[in-house]
Amino acid sequence: MALSRLASSSSSSRSADLLKPLCSAISLRRPISTDTTPITVETSVPFTSHQCDTPSRSVQTNAKELLTFFRDMALMRRMEIAADSLYKAKLIRGFCHLYDGQEAVAVGMEASITKKDCIIAAYRDHCTFVARGGTLLEVFAELMGRQAGCSRGKGGSMHFYKKDSNFYGGHGIVGAQVPLGCGLAFAQKYSKDEAVTFALYGDGAANQGQLFEALNISALWDLPAILVCENNHYGMGTAEWRAAKSPAYYKRGDYAPGLKVDGMDALAVKQACTFAKEHALKNGPIILEMDTYRYHGHSMSDPGSTYRTRDEITGVRQERDPVERIRKLILSHDLATEKELKDIEKEIRKEVDDAIAQAKENPLPESSELFTNVYAKGLGVESFGADRKEVRAVLP
Amino acid sequence: MLAIARQRMLGQSFKKILPAVSVLRSYSSAAKQITVREALNSALDEEMSADPKVFLMGEEVGEYQGAYKITKGLLEKYGPERVLDTPITEAGFTGIGVGAAYYGLKPVVEFMTFNFSMQAIDHIINSAAKSNYMSAGQISVPIVFRGPNGAAAGVGAQHSQCYAAWYASCPGLKVLSPYNSEDARGLLKAAIRDPDPVVFLENELLYGESFPVSDEVLDSSFCLPIGKAKIEREGKDATITAFSKMVGYALKVSEMLEKDGIYAEVINLRSIRPLDRATINASVRKTNRLITVEEGFPQHGVGAEICASVVEESFSYLDAPVERIAGADVPMPYAANLERMAVPQVEDIVRAAKRACYRSVPLAATA
Repeated sequence: MALSRLASSSSSSRSADLLKPLCSAISLRRPISTDTTPITVETSVPFTSHQCDTPSRSVQTNAKELLTFFRDMALMRRMEIAADSLYKAKLIRGFCHLYDGQEAVAVGMEASITKKDCIIAAYRDHCTFVARGGTLLEVFAELMGRQAGCSRGKGGSMHFYKKDSNFYGGHGIVGAQVPLGCGLAFAQKYSKDEAVTFALYGDGAANQGQLFEALNISALWDLPAILVCENNHYGMGTAEWRAAKSPAYYKRGDYAPGLKVDGMDALAVKQACTFAKEHALKNGPIILEMDTYRYHGHSMSDPGSTYRTRDEITGVRQERDPVERIRKLILSHDLATEKELKDIEKEIRKEVDDAIAQAKENPLPESSELFTNVYAKGLGVESFGADRKEVRAVLP
Repeated sequence: MLAIARQRMLGQSFKKILPAVSVLRSYSSAAKQITVREALNSALDEEMSADPKVFLMGEEVGEYQGAYKITKGLLEKYGPERVLDTPITEAGFTGIGVGAAYYGLKPVVEFMTFNFSMQAIDHIINSAAKSNYMSAGQISVPIVFRGPNGAAAGVGAQHSQCYAAWYASCPGLKVLSPYNSEDARGLLKAAIRDPDPVVFLENELLYGESFPVSDEVLDSSFCLPIGKAKIEREGKDATITAFSKMVGYALKVSEMLEKDGIYAEVINLRSIRPLDRATINASVRKTNRLITVEEGFPQHGVGAEICASVVEESFSYLDAPVERIAGADVPMPYAANLERMAVPQVEDIVRAAKRACYRSVPLAATA
């Protein structure tokens, strides 16, 4: 089998690769298989639409893509679980909102777009950041407030950004990211960039007034904005039926078309995002509702089991897990053996462990960093510490 | 509120309002006079012309020519892609403006008055002011939020608040407040060119006032520095700090005080954040007395910060306690007599200055 030969020939270089510094993003994107023979897969369920046509259930993919999906999602899964441990070990402080269970949305979306397209999300942003090209070291260092973090330790879990990949965060205020995302879309249209913005929000944020304000303006001005509701069915501890009179979020756009998507199926996500991008570039805003699920509670301070049953959680894990779905697909299409997939998972574990070790060694920011980046242009203005007679600084 | 604005506009539409171009046409040796409105309009025009990334957004800024006619003629000149009329949804359109600034455009977002900015304040503070810091410099926000601030005339409690103290307390924002036409031009141009979020607090009652401007001010490259106050009038006996409309009052007061042999130094703050503590303290070290003047609510106001700064930096130079003149500590009433009591009047400032001057202890007594 071509693939197993490829896999074994790269195993000798694998150890060499692992010695390379992990801050190189290349290690995340090492080609697993270069086989791009088209494979057609049916999505788990058909799409449901509001005010528009549905895309086909048949999704074009290939071995390379499926293996990349597997690797990326397994990496995200391992990363979030590792973050859970770090939080319990008190190495991560404050808020930590984990994405495990929702990986298919990040990965499927990324597969349908380019880095010219923008993504903006709220605080459950670790995996979206990685999908946009962020490294494990940047993630763990930021979570632990170290210099090598993507925001140099000044942001924390909720404030990851990667402007060179058009990832705009990373926002702590529920719902604020939606108008911001429509603003990105406005700027893309203004600059004639022929690109779109995906503004991600949850079922909790879906009732925010500013969302409807921004959608109204986006529709009036034909902005290439795609509003993506990652519906994990619980806004913190409140089930969707308790918060929304109409939990059919894909229909809430009223005049704006919407699509309901199985958010646990990376291929369905990819198909929907491709469809949405084409739509938004021509016709303005569209809503995508991703039916997804988070295994963890809302954040690390929420056990996640007081408002939903353990049976429900294990049920989703057994029936709909996104990583397992892709694993089954790969195995059933003979694209890799079980052992090869397990080896990938072992590799990933090691990568994650190495990144954590490196992040733990990384220093906290210098004290002078308290006063950097308050402004882009500081004008030589003075700023003060808690005791202004003791600590003053000139803003650069 | 809109009804009042429209009434005022109907009155003004019969007046001939000079288009932006005529501001630059005459170069007579006598100082040219332009209104603050013309100053703001010409500044917007020139900055839009110089940088294609600058665009305007707000209620009635386009087809209506601006609720206060500040953006008159700009839709015609730059087209609907750069001058955008928004629905009455401050939270939505302010968020959109900030998002556009994230991407690298330079929005100028108009609030019909800053009272309405409260509906969008989360975007001003959490989305705009803090982003450069939280992202360690990746996401800068070159946006300007502008509009009338503070009391107008007879518009009541919900339309009269001054937001200078609220916005100026937030690190990451720059807060400017012009007084005359030179300020309006220079500070607005500086705000638009600045890569950080700027809150630009205008005053509705000043829009129609004319001030002399030099050729230098009328030049399209004219710009004032952010963070620098201006000494409008030099003096030796007392320092009066003010911004926006109150600068005019302070200047009147200084003329009145002269008759009583008190020479007041009037400082036009221009910049509330960064606050020019150096200029204020240098002045107080010279005059030894301070009167702060503002229109806004007194508690935790701009004057409170100035007082604290002077007490911290120049305590031994003070010959009298710092005096604060501010708006009354009540929501703005409508009845004309009560409204008069709710905002500082010239007499209030004169009284405070005299108090500051008669409370001094002669130097000989401390020896």
